[in-house]
Amino acid sequence: MIARVIVTPKPVVNDPQGITVKQGLASLGFREVVDVRVGKYIEVNLEGSSEHEARQRVEAMCRQLLANHVIEDFRFDIEPEHKRR
Amino acid sequence: MKFGVVVFPGTWSDRDCGWVIDQVLGAELTYLWHKDADLKGCDCVILPGGFAYGDYLRTGAIARFAPVMEQIGEFADRGGLVWGICNGFQVLCEAGLLPGALIRNASLEFRCEWTNLVVERTDLPFTSRCEEREVLRVPIAHGEGSYFADPATLSRLEQRGQVVFRYCDPGGRVVPAANPNGSLHNIAGIVNARGNVLGMMPHPERCSEAELGGTDGLKLFRSVAENALKVLVS
Repeated sequence: MIARVIVTPKPVVNDPQGITVKQGLASLGFREVVDVRVGKYIEVNLEGSSEHEARQRVEAMCRQLLANHVIEDFRFDIEPEHKRR
Repeated sequence: MKFGVVVFPGTWSDRDCGWVIDQVLGAELTYLWHKDADLKGCDCVILPGGFAYGDYLRTGAIARFAPVMEQIGEFADRGGLVWGICNGFQVLCEAGLLPGALIRNASLEFRCEWTNLVVERTDLPFTSRCEEREVLRVPIAHGEGSYFADPATLSRLEQRGQVVFRYCDPGGRVVPAANPNGSLHNIAGIVNARGNVLGMMPHPERCSEAELGGTDGLKLFRSVAENALKVLVS
């Protein structure tokens, strides 16, 4: 089973990286870009367990370590092993 | 009076702190390795600057799992003096010993420069040698020193007077132009509600001898040395 975790800065947190990337895109001519937020993508490979249990475990991992709740939000998908080919 | 300076893999200001403690201040010094399971009878524990565990994931995120951190948490609970400088401040926030977080500087640059700090608390063991609203000249050196806390936490910090240092101009005015990193409310350092855990981004250990361009940092070390023995660790 694989968990694909996405961690993003909370909307209220200033994201200077996102602002800078937005400016870069604008200077390349991508004028339609309204906002950019830069976060992290984390893949976690898990053994065994049901998808339900894996979901609970990954939720706990995010709360305890992968994201800092003061400044970051997280979301994730669980992909069962058999779909990975 | 014994200072303990914590060394994680990737810490870089441990020797600078150690030098001030035993060569300039003349106090007793011991280094605490991140795997140490006791604090060797220290009266004040310093978490110095650097990049503990490479600052992997987030600054201070991995350091909080070090065995020594468990001891430091218990020490802080008993009222012991804990002083986080730069990366040490980031570690204390990640460990939940101080509220808020330090995020990327608004400029995206690593800022290495002198700053002015107005001292807003002089009743603390860390600042008793400072004058009321004294302006200290202390250097910073960080890429992620922008203090952030949610509005409720921030107003609680302000109401309880937990902001100890704010970036200011040389005249002591807290103005946006004096803010080097985008910290909310120009915050450079905060203390916990009990007043025994201090976190600050600027480096007092780098301005404790005239040869280094200033001695304002030594006031903080002297304050701690004077007061640590008075602090009752129950």
